[in-house]
Amino acid sequence: MTRFIINRIWQALIVLLVMSFVIYGLIGLMPGDPLDIMIASNPGATPEVVAHLRAIYGLDQPLMLRYWHWLMSALMGDFGFSRIHSQPTLEVLGPALLQTCKLLIASFVVSVVLSLVLGIIAALRPGGFVDNTISLIAFAGISVPVFWLALMMILVFAVKLHWFPASGMGNIGDGGFMDQARHLIMPVTTLALANTGGFIRYVRASMIETLRMDHVRTARAKGAGEGRVVLVHAFRNALIPVVTVIALNFGTLFSGALLTETMFAQPGMGKMIYDAILGNDFNLALTGLLFATVITLLSNLLADLAYGWLDPRIAVA
Amino acid sequence: MAAALIAAGVVQPARAKDDLVIGVSSFPSMMHPYINPEVVKSYTLGFALRPVSAQDAAWNKECILCAELPTLANGMVRIETRPDGAQALAVTVKLKPDQKWADGVAVTTADLAFTAKVGHDPLSGFTNNQTWQGVDSVDIIDAITAVMHFATVNVLFDRIPTLLPEHIERPILEHAGNAADYIKATTYNRAPTTPGLYNGPYMITDYRSGSQIVLEPNPYWPGKKPGFNRIVVRTIENTASLQANLLSGDVDMTPGEGIGLTLDQVLTMRKQEPDRFNYVFRDSTAYLHLDTQLDNPILADVRVRRALLMALDRKTMSDKLVDGLWTLADAWIAPQDPVYAKGLPHYGYDPAGARTLFMQAGWNPGTDGILRDAKGEKFVIELRGTTGIRLNELFQAVAQQQLKAVGVEVNIKNEQPRAFFGETLKHRAFTGLAYYSWLFQPSYPARQILGIDQIPTTENNWGGSNYMDWKNPAVEAALKVTETELDPAKAQMAWTAMQMAYAQDLPVLPLFFRPEAHVIPKWLKGYRPTGHTNYATLHGEDWQTE
Repeated sequence: MTRFIINRIWQALIVLLVMSFVIYGLIGLMPGDPLDIMIASNPGATPEVVAHLRAIYGLDQPLMLRYWHWLMSALMGDFGFSRIHSQPTLEVLGPALLQTCKLLIASFVVSVVLSLVLGIIAALRPGGFVDNTISLIAFAGISVPVFWLALMMILVFAVKLHWFPASGMGNIGDGGFMDQARHLIMPVTTLALANTGGFIRYVRASMIETLRMDHVRTARAKGAGEGRVVLVHAFRNALIPVVTVIALNFGTLFSGALLTETMFAQPGMGKMIYDAILGNDFNLALTGLLFATVITLLSNLLADLAYGWLDPRIAVA
Repeated sequence: MAAALIAAGVVQPARAKDDLVIGVSSFPSMMHPYINPEVVKSYTLGFALRPVSAQDAAWNKECILCAELPTLANGMVRIETRPDGAQALAVTVKLKPDQKWADGVAVTTADLAFTAKVGHDPLSGFTNNQTWQGVDSVDIIDAITAVMHFATVNVLFDRIPTLLPEHIERPILEHAGNAADYIKATTYNRAPTTPGLYNGPYMITDYRSGSQIVLEPNPYWPGKKPGFNRIVVRTIENTASLQANLLSGDVDMTPGEGIGLTLDQVLTMRKQEPDRFNYVFRDSTAYLHLDTQLDNPILADVRVRRALLMALDRKTMSDKLVDGLWTLADAWIAPQDPVYAKGLPHYGYDPAGARTLFMQAGWNPGTDGILRDAKGEKFVIELRGTTGIRLNELFQAVAQQQLKAVGVEVNIKNEQPRAFFGETLKHRAFTGLAYYSWLFQPSYPARQILGIDQIPTTENNWGGSNYMDWKNPAVEAALKVTETELDPAKAQMAWTAMQMAYAQDLPVLPLFFRPEAHVIPKWLKGYRPTGHTNYATLHGEDWQTE
């Protein structure tokens, strides 16, 4: 097991190195220099001033040289200075990460619990009324655009009913647990609904396949109750493919909750990375994307370890 | 469910009226007034950090921190001769005696001298420091009186921007040693809630990056008592969500200075909720136009440029798209501007006249209706712009149809703003027309957009914004006059000559002046939008509840 984990860590480091190079290069290939936009409406920005600003921000150096400097500094623990936030990147990353964790973990727990429950129920009677209804809900969740869902949530629950605040992370002067919870309900619900549909489909498909397997039939023949058959004999085996999908999604969500964050004005990792890429903020974009990569790799490692727990034969292999 | 939510305390409480929540669509990168110029930053700082002088809602110059505007007439401005024989300016600045930073330290000429010194340094990294660039030295007479020495005669002498707190920023600058480190270390960046950074009626007391900025009254403000205990500038980047926040009451107002809702969104809201808010439309200097690529042989002919403008039914476009709120433009100077020239050539909608001009220029309609030259080449031009703004795209679609009606085939190519401004315009890579807007300070010399030295080239490191490649020696001479002439009558002659040449030669097809569209609560009084870059927040202390 230890050797397995060490091997995976080595692989992760190589992936991170390659990713950092690719990301840096891709951002560098994007058209437009951020300084040009910054000074576009400034009548006093002489070419000398522009050249000097470019030097201040290190934009006058060749791309590869800039990457090399960044890499050397990053290896020493200095991930550089964010140009668009005018702060060290780690200081920008911290609050964004905290906000994303709140939003992501809450929505992830909700969507995983909901999808497991609804996916199992749907799989028990494939093609029946309950299955069709759950599938309809799942497809609706998959099909509805997140920004539309978010807007509808705001219009119904904030504009019409006045139950929840339409945006923000907390009231000034309050900011207590209940206040933060009040501000999180709608974004968490939106993100959970958006993810649950896909998860339900995976759980349902995996459960249907497992329930047809020989060991489940044997358990039934031995007289095990339906609840025990489903939850003990089928569910554990059905979880293996589901865990893979959930692990992959977890990493993606860290950088991909952009629409929800934007609609509810809850700036997290997704928004931060998006702004950094558009603003040619190399240091911040790289650090954010590499962090999301680390989370994805970590999620996959945990998924691999979970396989062993779910099916000891995999652990032995 | 509702009862349960209320019992659980999750239903939102009503907000006190002594708070004002302003919804904006972007967040400033930092709060330093001279680094990374941004509309949202200038707007927010208007509450907290005041310039020495500015322009008011009537577009007249006014004193903010100064006691009296320096003029030739009152003797506070005098022309002096430098040792090399060149003429220069000495401008006396008198600050109001009772102004204080929000930590209780007086605002003095030491702040003026410090800001002038840093702002004059071309290596400071400052980008909106035109006035300071002209100031060679400052003689401090006493705590509130100083004489600024300009290197040349310069009409910007009475546009004196914000001061930096010398008692806070000098040690930071000296410790940093260079511009790059100062940008990282400035207190406006590292600790933007430091009271001593602000001298306006409000000061920043909470700063949550990317989310919101909170301002509370400055206890040392000597002027009119601010009307709110708290002003929150909240960032909601998605404008549909911003609109919903207005309707839900989470946001009280959204400004019209380009950081709130778009004009079409405000018009839609006015139709849907006519009585809920006050909708304020303010004529502004925002100038919508089409740059022409004069390197393109088709567009190099002035008859073609005039015909293109005459083929556009701008009046109908304004009426149908924005309820007539776009004001038709004949040049880049708005009609409210004191230097606006009357009697400029006006190219109204005249498709027959446009066809005649095209024919005179050698373009005749083919069998498919598209114009062709003597070689049979079609009249095809591209129209470049930015993506993501619905009203811009609507205008382009209508313009495309109207130009097709006179035989001009237009290919619309829109791109992300960073690509459009950073590549296409900067490198003059557009081959036909480029659609975008400028926001001017009233009566501000227009060198950046009209100067021959402002044509972007490799030699000037692609600096300047004369993207059309317009070279007019008479305009160049007039530009110099508008930059240096202190006699208003002589300066006005130059302004008029420039506008006349611009309207006759049409290097740019003038379209409209776009108004600011503000949505404010019914109970907000004393709100006076300006229509230019000295935003309404510069008089934020006048904003009061009913």
